[in-house]
Amino acid sequence: MSLQIRVKHQFASFDLDVDIQTEGGVTALFGVSGSGKSTLVNAIAGLLKPDEGLIQVNGQTLFDSNSGVNLAVHQRQVGYIFQDSRLFPHMSVKNNLRYSRWFGGRKSSRQQFKHLLELLNIGHLLERMPSGLSGGERQRVAIGRACLSDPAFLLADEPLAALDIERKQEILPYFERLRDELGLPIVYVSHSIDEVVRLANSVAMLEQGRCVAQGLIDQVLADIRLANTQTKPAGALWMAKVLTHHDDGVTEVTVGQQRLFLPSMQSLQQDSIRLKINAEDVLLSASPVDDTSALNCITGVVTSILPMAGGRALVVLDTAAGQLNATITNRSVNRLQIEAGQTIYALLKSVAIVST
Amino acid sequence: MTLTDQEWQALSLSLKVALTSTLLSLLPAVWIAYLLARKQFVGKSVLNAVVHLPLILPPVVTGYLLLLGFGTQGPIGAFLAQFGIVFAFRWTGAALAAAVMAFPLLVRAIRLSIEAVDPKLEAAAATLGTTPCWVFLTVTLPLIAPGVLAGWVLAFAKAMGEFGATITFVSNVPGQTQTIPSAIYSQLQVPGGEDAALRLVLISITVSVTALLVSEWMAQRAARRVD
Repeated sequence: MSLQIRVKHQFASFDLDVDIQTEGGVTALFGVSGSGKSTLVNAIAGLLKPDEGLIQVNGQTLFDSNSGVNLAVHQRQVGYIFQDSRLFPHMSVKNNLRYSRWFGGRKSSRQQFKHLLELLNIGHLLERMPSGLSGGERQRVAIGRACLSDPAFLLADEPLAALDIERKQEILPYFERLRDELGLPIVYVSHSIDEVVRLANSVAMLEQGRCVAQGLIDQVLADIRLANTQTKPAGALWMAKVLTHHDDGVTEVTVGQQRLFLPSMQSLQQDSIRLKINAEDVLLSASPVDDTSALNCITGVVTSILPMAGGRALVVLDTAAGQLNATITNRSVNRLQIEAGQTIYALLKSVAIVST
Repeated sequence: MTLTDQEWQALSLSLKVALTSTLLSLLPAVWIAYLLARKQFVGKSVLNAVVHLPLILPPVVTGYLLLLGFGTQGPIGAFLAQFGIVFAFRWTGAALAAAVMAFPLLVRAIRLSIEAVDPKLEAAAATLGTTPCWVFLTVTLPLIAPGVLAGWVLAFAKAMGEFGATITFVSNVPGQTQTIPSAIYSQLQVPGGEDAALRLVLISITVSVTALLVSEWMAQRAARRVD
């Protein structure tokens, strides 16, 4: 599965000009509202005709302004999950699902239908009308409906934005299941970093109609440009392999060549985990230290120092584990005389490392 | 109250004219209402004006225009006469006049209900692989059904009561073009015809109120299905 989206579109208020390529899995389109995410998704689905561009899914051209290809919405085999679910109000849940299966070409078997009902836990809702469902239930049915139309890929446009926090926590696992069990490529639009971190393999970050960063999630999230847009900049997002669980309740992992010690992860059965570190939880030292309570001291080379608001600076390090960002005050930058190319030591309290 | 032959004639003719005219104009009305509600095209305001013309013109003027166009000497009337379709002084002419007069009411009601349907639902249906035609039949149409029904009842009532354009276009021939309103008018021209006229008025009220009640009942059923 590959996705290529090159779109130019002029609006009254801003213009969209992006070029995004990804390879399967869950691709997150991330950005604040008004950055052009929904426009992009609608262009992929065919609900909006861009002025110029090329949209290809798995080598199939959906839109190409050069050759004049512009497939109609119903020919694009998208499974579109809308923010506002958009279930047909005059049909029961069962008929909403059947409708999708029928007009999607009746490709799914009875078994797949049942499996999907179980996966989304909507089997008990079949006879209900959409107006009688809760927000979370409605969205689960909408996900099921999108999957039953035999889509080549799923588009999810802020599917959780209309839900409260508890409902979000209720729906997220279903997306994880879709990703892991159905193997459908998903384009997931969100302005929530937590959702993106939890679901996505790769990210395209949009800002005012431009794609300012794209790539695998661990690269992009540690990206400084992303850091600058966040009030709490990301320090790093690393994929770690679990080595051992020590008797004293500490788990040892490796990230690349770097060993790290974390609070016990024994309850997690996986052997690879995602680690998230906030830039403000990273402590810098000009010399190596081993007499503090912090268990992790990482050697790094300063690649750049970026000024931030509030008398602070973002120091970007290149370490054996990958890129690491630290927020420190300008005073500390001066006191330690930090400059690019310098070797420096980063202290990470093990409890400040969040695994997801 | 038993009806006289003449009353039966006027009643059945009125029903025939009103049913024929409104049922035959239903499809074109839905089509034009859909165009006006959802499409952008050159001449949209002209189409809108033409459709609404019978609503604002004096009925006599509409009747006279019909006479010019569809009379035996009129260009369309003469053309259709070759195929045996004649409007002049026939019940078909009364039906045509009723259809033209009721059409704007029908289109307005249907257009309003189409505009009330969220286009996002139609877009959602399209993403599921449904062709535009099926989207209309499976999503739009069921959702506008109560509105179409309400519009149809309004048009039916209008067609039952149409007088000015009808009498101008096809006159007042008992058994051919004498609908209930024409019959009431004729009775009032005759000395001592007030009683007969009153009977026709009561018949007219009964039919109209019954139609209204039936439509209310059906609209409620349709609405309950959607909730």
